[in-house]
Amino acid sequence: MLSVTEYDTIAAISTPPGEGAISIVRMSGENAISIAHQVFQGQDLTKVASHTIHYGHIVDPQTKQTLDEVMVSVMRTPKTFTREDIVEINCHGGIVPTNKILQLLLAHGARMAEPGEFTKRAFLNGRIDLTQAESVMDLIRAKTDRSMQVALNQLDGNLQHLIHHLRQDISDVLVQVEVNIDYPEYDEDEVTAKLLMEKALEVKTRIQQLLATAQQGKILRDGLATAIIGRPNVGKSSLLNYLLQEDKAIVTDVAGTTRDVLEEYVNVQGVPLKLIDTAGIHETDDKVEKIGVERSKKALAGADLIILVLDASEPLTIEDKELLEMTSKQKRIIILNKSDLPQQIKPEQLVASDVIEDPIVASVKDNQGIAAVEQEIKTLFFGGIENRQQDVLVSNNRQIGLLEQAETALDSVVAGLNNNMPIDLVQIDMTTCWEKLGEITGENAPDQLITQLFSQFCLGK
Amino acid sequence: MNLEVKQYDSHEYDVIVVGAGHAGCEAALAAARMGQKTLLLTINLDMVAFMPCNPSVGGPAKGIVVREVDALGGQMAKNIDATYIQMRMLNTSKGPAVRALRAQADKNDYHLVMKDVIENEPMLTLRQGLVNELIVEDGICQGVITATGARYLAKSVVLTAGTSSRGKIIIGELTYSSGPNNSLPSIKLSENLETLGFKLRRFKTGTPPRVDGNTIDYAKTEEQPGDKTPNHFSYETPDTAYLKDQLSCWMTYTNETTHQIIRDNLDRAPMFSGIIEGVGPRYCPSIEDKVVRFADKPRHQLFLEPEGRKTEEYYVGDFSTSMPEEIQLKMLHSVTGLEHAELMRPGYAIEYDIIEPWQLKHSLETKVVKNLFTAGQMNGTSGYEEAAGQGIIAGINAALRAANKAAFTLGRAEAYIGVMIDDLVTKGTNEPYRLLTSRAEYRLILRHDNADLRLTEKGYQLGLISEDRYQNFLIKKQAVDAETKRLQEIRIKPTEKVQAFMMAHHNSPLKDGILASDLIKRPGISYDEIADLVGAEDLQADRYVKEQVEIQLKYAGYIDKERSKVAHLKRLEAKRIPERIDYAAINGLATEARQKLTKIQPETIAQASRISGVNPADVAILSVYIEQGRIAKIG
Repeated sequence: MLSVTEYDTIAAISTPPGEGAISIVRMSGENAISIAHQVFQGQDLTKVASHTIHYGHIVDPQTKQTLDEVMVSVMRTPKTFTREDIVEINCHGGIVPTNKILQLLLAHGARMAEPGEFTKRAFLNGRIDLTQAESVMDLIRAKTDRSMQVALNQLDGNLQHLIHHLRQDISDVLVQVEVNIDYPEYDEDEVTAKLLMEKALEVKTRIQQLLATAQQGKILRDGLATAIIGRPNVGKSSLLNYLLQEDKAIVTDVAGTTRDVLEEYVNVQGVPLKLIDTAGIHETDDKVEKIGVERSKKALAGADLIILVLDASEPLTIEDKELLEMTSKQKRIIILNKSDLPQQIKPEQLVASDVIEDPIVASVKDNQGIAAVEQEIKTLFFGGIENRQQDVLVSNNRQIGLLEQAETALDSVVAGLNNNMPIDLVQIDMTTCWEKLGEITGENAPDQLITQLFSQFCLGK
Repeated sequence: MNLEVKQYDSHEYDVIVVGAGHAGCEAALAAARMGQKTLLLTINLDMVAFMPCNPSVGGPAKGIVVREVDALGGQMAKNIDATYIQMRMLNTSKGPAVRALRAQADKNDYHLVMKDVIENEPMLTLRQGLVNELIVEDGICQGVITATGARYLAKSVVLTAGTSSRGKIIIGELTYSSGPNNSLPSIKLSENLETLGFKLRRFKTGTPPRVDGNTIDYAKTEEQPGDKTPNHFSYETPDTAYLKDQLSCWMTYTNETTHQIIRDNLDRAPMFSGIIEGVGPRYCPSIEDKVVRFADKPRHQLFLEPEGRKTEEYYVGDFSTSMPEEIQLKMLHSVTGLEHAELMRPGYAIEYDIIEPWQLKHSLETKVVKNLFTAGQMNGTSGYEEAAGQGIIAGINAALRAANKAAFTLGRAEAYIGVMIDDLVTKGTNEPYRLLTSRAEYRLILRHDNADLRLTEKGYQLGLISEDRYQNFLIKKQAVDAETKRLQEIRIKPTEKVQAFMMAHHNSPLKDGILASDLIKRPGISYDEIADLVGAEDLQADRYVKEQVEIQLKYAGYIDKERSKVAHLKRLEAKRIPERIDYAAINGLATEARQKLTKIQPETIAQASRISGVNPADVAILSVYIEQGRIAKIG
């Protein structure tokens, strides 16, 4: 199959890796603006003037989840570095939000830029002068060799194996479809819509499982974003201080995801937690009059895990109920704090507020019940994941982007089948899925399907 | 007594075509119709457009090529339309991209009608002659010399020697020098090509035995009749010409006894005894090959195909073999329905020379000798349709060269012919090359129903399409565009009638009005029904227009996806690589890429990126190098 790479839209994080205050995700190519437009909430980027910068949010159009608050620069061809349309998304430092934004762009049709590719395009489009040409070539060669090495090292043997088998499964079906097309008079089994649908859904499930391990892998590396929330004075600070005590803190005082908010990293039973809005916790607890709920709302938007602290020595307030309801769809741990005082809230009472989890009764001040909290964090994170270490296979953005594109192609397969489209058309999307998976492992070879066709079927005069 | 043949100067032509098989006929007709004085030489006048193997034309991918040849003003489609004995549309239950026509031909008629057309083409001379040598001066081909000593001069030459090139027939232990069907082989031309510096290699193909139809027990086989609904290959053949009285084919199977006979005699099978050195096609294996490679298959399908109306010869399809005659007889008689079949001609394998096709440009001109073009089986393909597709391109380019005009090529997104030629010149081939739909990246665009829309304009520009035909084509094109546009503007309201219609088609009722062009995308809804709902304007009842509108609207989503891929490809195709580029001078190319690029000499960046062993980094470096040279020139 043909690889047309020269004119597609490319994307990459263009600031050095690490925890800078600001990271920039850059896209270049004719679809740069339309891709950015799809994930940007703010002004209509397709209509803004060239060389302007715009405030807004990056929002995943599927999940409606807000990923980050950003400034987006739009620069239209030809007066740009690459002489193509360029969009630069200025987002907040951390690796996590930056990667998520990049992945979102990849899922929406951008391709991960090859090493030196922005510079290459700049040259090819006449932006860089002749004296620099040699160095561009050196750069491509050197960076490619190195990144090939890196890519190969990153390609887990298990992942390669898994994808190889996944592709084999798909190509078995593809080849069968091809046989039906090119040799209609032979009595080979016809691939039915039903069979193709089953195959598509099966492959989709397996891709989703791989993507799920990607999520686990990222959390292992980047930390589980955790928000401790609750009304003022319920004991959030004490819990935080406990978690931060001694050598438990890995990193402290890192400029965080929201501009004026701190995040801190702690290790709880092997689970790296990235605590969100720790500043807010102290503030709201210190200044009783501040509205804790409003603050909490913000914090829990970007959280993977919620720790909701309730003061069991007081009856449930409206605010408590509101917090319970707000977090009902998220992974959460509910702590009934202040067990040393007379209890006004019984665990059973929470059922009335539609709480299905068992709350943990604790007295953070006296270190009572905290071990149970830690155990629960561990269970929540690793629960349901067998052999977690071996399962974390997919790690880099390129792999994730390609898996997501493969998944999108499968969605088109399903949509096509639901629309009664002929198998040989639906096959186009199935083949795209197969090719995207092949890009992950570098397995795409010319005439691969045709070779399989003839080795598998007995055909011809 | 061996006397030397004296040479004499014969006539001078613009274009000479050597070989009058399916490639040669198209090449010669195209050159002559483009106004060039053309000579067509063939070893045997009784073998013009001869079908040495299966008596059929078309099928998936191949049938589309036949229509492409027709849209470019070629002859194959018209010739089969005039001589078929059965016509079938294949893949009717599948999508529009893979539907294809196949016809059973009356072999002898096919030959006679083509010969007649050639004889009556004003600028074309048909002559019997065996070409021994090319006249080449300073790397430029100037003409040919025949075995009888005639020297013909020409501005350009097309070689379509097919399996005659040092052909060798093999039947069991018997081998002898021969062209197809015991014709005279061409020995000296191969030697001459090697002397000129061409790299040749040996390929092998084969054909099954023919049996006497009077001795087939048809009752034991399954009948395969032709279609009732009319269809033809040429866009110019009217439905009214459709043949009502068609002949059937018959299907039967091999069995364990057949397989045992084959296994017991493998030591006498040339494929396995080492007599055959040439590489055979995977998609066209001999029956002995099938039995060995697919040992667990209990039976193999066979098709008994009549070779014509005035003959009782039947072609035993899918039973290609080079077993000794004695074994062929036993094998045949073990097959249900063939127990008492009389063998008329034994099957055989044939080995022949091909020119490694990476020595060609997309115009099919050779890189080794200028003004020399090659086409057909000689370029490593197999199949009449593949030959015809190359033949017309070689003929067009030979004519253009004779007239000092720029070359004509087709891209991968324009035609199956383009896919085939690009595959051949970019990748070469390790076996006889057959077109398959899966070789085309954009098969939804390369449909058999739109070959005219894709190529008629080009054929007209080349002077191969008559003014009449072109005007008719424009009328059809306008009708398609107008009707498509009309349906894109009509909004269908959810009236009672419409909702009942939706229900009847198992579709959910409409909530709002919907454009007719969107409604047609719903499952199970055809153009005719939409036209009925919105009221058909004066559509001239042209089924081809209706078909086009329906396909273009119904599958618009998929078509658009392919179009956007094609747009990318076009931009890469536009980046040309200078002809005398020195790959050794480019720093940073990987060694393998350097070797491959030097060998293939790709014409565009797109082609370079398709060469195996040339990776994206090499393509990037090549792009930068070329751009560097371009800037240097301007500066």
